[in-house]
Amino acid sequence: MKNQSLIDYTLHLADNALIIGHRNSEWCGHGPILEQDIAISNIALDLIGQARNLYQYAAELKGDHATEDSLAYLRDGWDFKNLLITELPNGDWAQTILRQFFFSTYQYFLYQQLQHSKDERLAAIAAKALKEVTYHLRWSSEWVIRLGDGTDESKQRMEKAVEELYAFTGEMFLPTDYEKELATNGISVGPESLKEKWTDKVRSVFEEATLASPFKENNSAWMQSGGKEGKHTEHLGFVLAEMQFLQRAYPGAEW
Amino acid sequence: MNSTIHISEQKEQVEKQVWEILGEVTDPEVPVLTVLDLGIVREVKINGNALHGWSLEIVITPTYTGCPAMDMISMNIRFALLQEGFTNIKITQTLSPVWTTDWMSESGKKKLKVYGIAPPHYSQAVCTPDAFQQEEAIQCPRCDSFNTRLVSQFGSTACKALYQCVDCKEPFDYFKCH
Ligand SMILES: [Zn+2]
Repeated sequence: MKNQSLIDYTLHLADNALIIGHRNSEWCGHGPILEQDIAISNIALDLIGQARNLYQYAAELKGDHATEDSLAYLRDGWDFKNLLITELPNGDWAQTILRQFFFSTYQYFLYQQLQHSKDERLAAIAAKALKEVTYHLRWSSEWVIRLGDGTDESKQRMEKAVEELYAFTGEMFLPTDYEKELATNGISVGPESLKEKWTDKVRSVFEEATLASPFKENNSAWMQSGGKEGKHTEHLGFVLAEMQFLQRAYPGAEW
Repeated sequence: MNSTIHISEQKEQVEKQVWEILGEVTDPEVPVLTVLDLGIVREVKINGNALHGWSLEIVITPTYTGCPAMDMISMNIRFALLQEGFTNIKITQTLSPVWTTDWMSESGKKKLKVYGIAPPHYSQAVCTPDAFQQEEAIQCPRCDSFNTRLVSQFGSTACKALYQCVDCKEPFDYFKCH
């Protein structure tokens, strides 16, 4: 029997990794200096690797001749379940860094719990990826601090990035129906349980970066949401248009 | 009874031969290391018999999730076994337990150093996400100085970090702990 919630959840995790991985890969050859160009490309590679593992699993669950490639290249925008923050344009280096930091912090605490999932396959994928995410989080934290506590210009750019991105962080902790159902079986992580740790980490890195805390009292800030259920910004369409073009134009092409 | 013992002896011999063949397959990105040095071959399963042929299953695990070398490593393992006359070969990937640099062989570490890559530390000093941590002194593979500095956590491949020797100025890769 197919477990639609497990398929949806696995796709949600995969889509997150693929879309932010693809966004990061747009930096390849355009990084501010060679070492950081290599760093962000390495992170993109890790994330796309995670996506592959997850799509392979989702394809097995789905059956019907689904493959990792058909799931990545032949689904439409409304089928994608990634967080909105992952699909936003890269903006400048500060915005890319801050998005990675917000996302890696979330992924770090998520995988820390998911590695104990009752679903062995998700547990194994999470345990494997956690080591890599640890490096992503360290790297992105260091850049948030370096830019926040850097020059006037770098600080100003970080502040602008916070303004752009903060409203997209709330969605991480809003559980969908598929997450709720799986959480009761010990398969998924209830995302609301990650909020406190995520907030603490962001607060401490922002303090070191001398950036103002983005957290409002009583969590009253208005937040964007919808990505996890297939309601996306217009930006996802552009990502997919570029990423899927080849397989749509030349189905089954290999090289 | 005798024939059972006979088959298990033959199996042992085949297994020994398979491990020897695997010991010749190298990593495409760090060609000085074999797949055994890296510790990515987790299991060799052998079925069948001499009369009807042996079937092999080689279980490998990736170093990094997105390591692009894994497909090529699988292919190289298959070719090496085909060359020695094995035709029934299955190569499967496992993610668990998670690969660690602790599985790298001692001879592998020595070979890395001679090749100009600093081998992973014996104990992983830094494994938390806290910012600006430094790994314990990494030794320059060229002049053996411990006076080195981290240039970037991410080097030419996912498994390496970029360092520079403060004494001899050599930039070098460090096979980072994982
Ligand atoms: Zn030196």
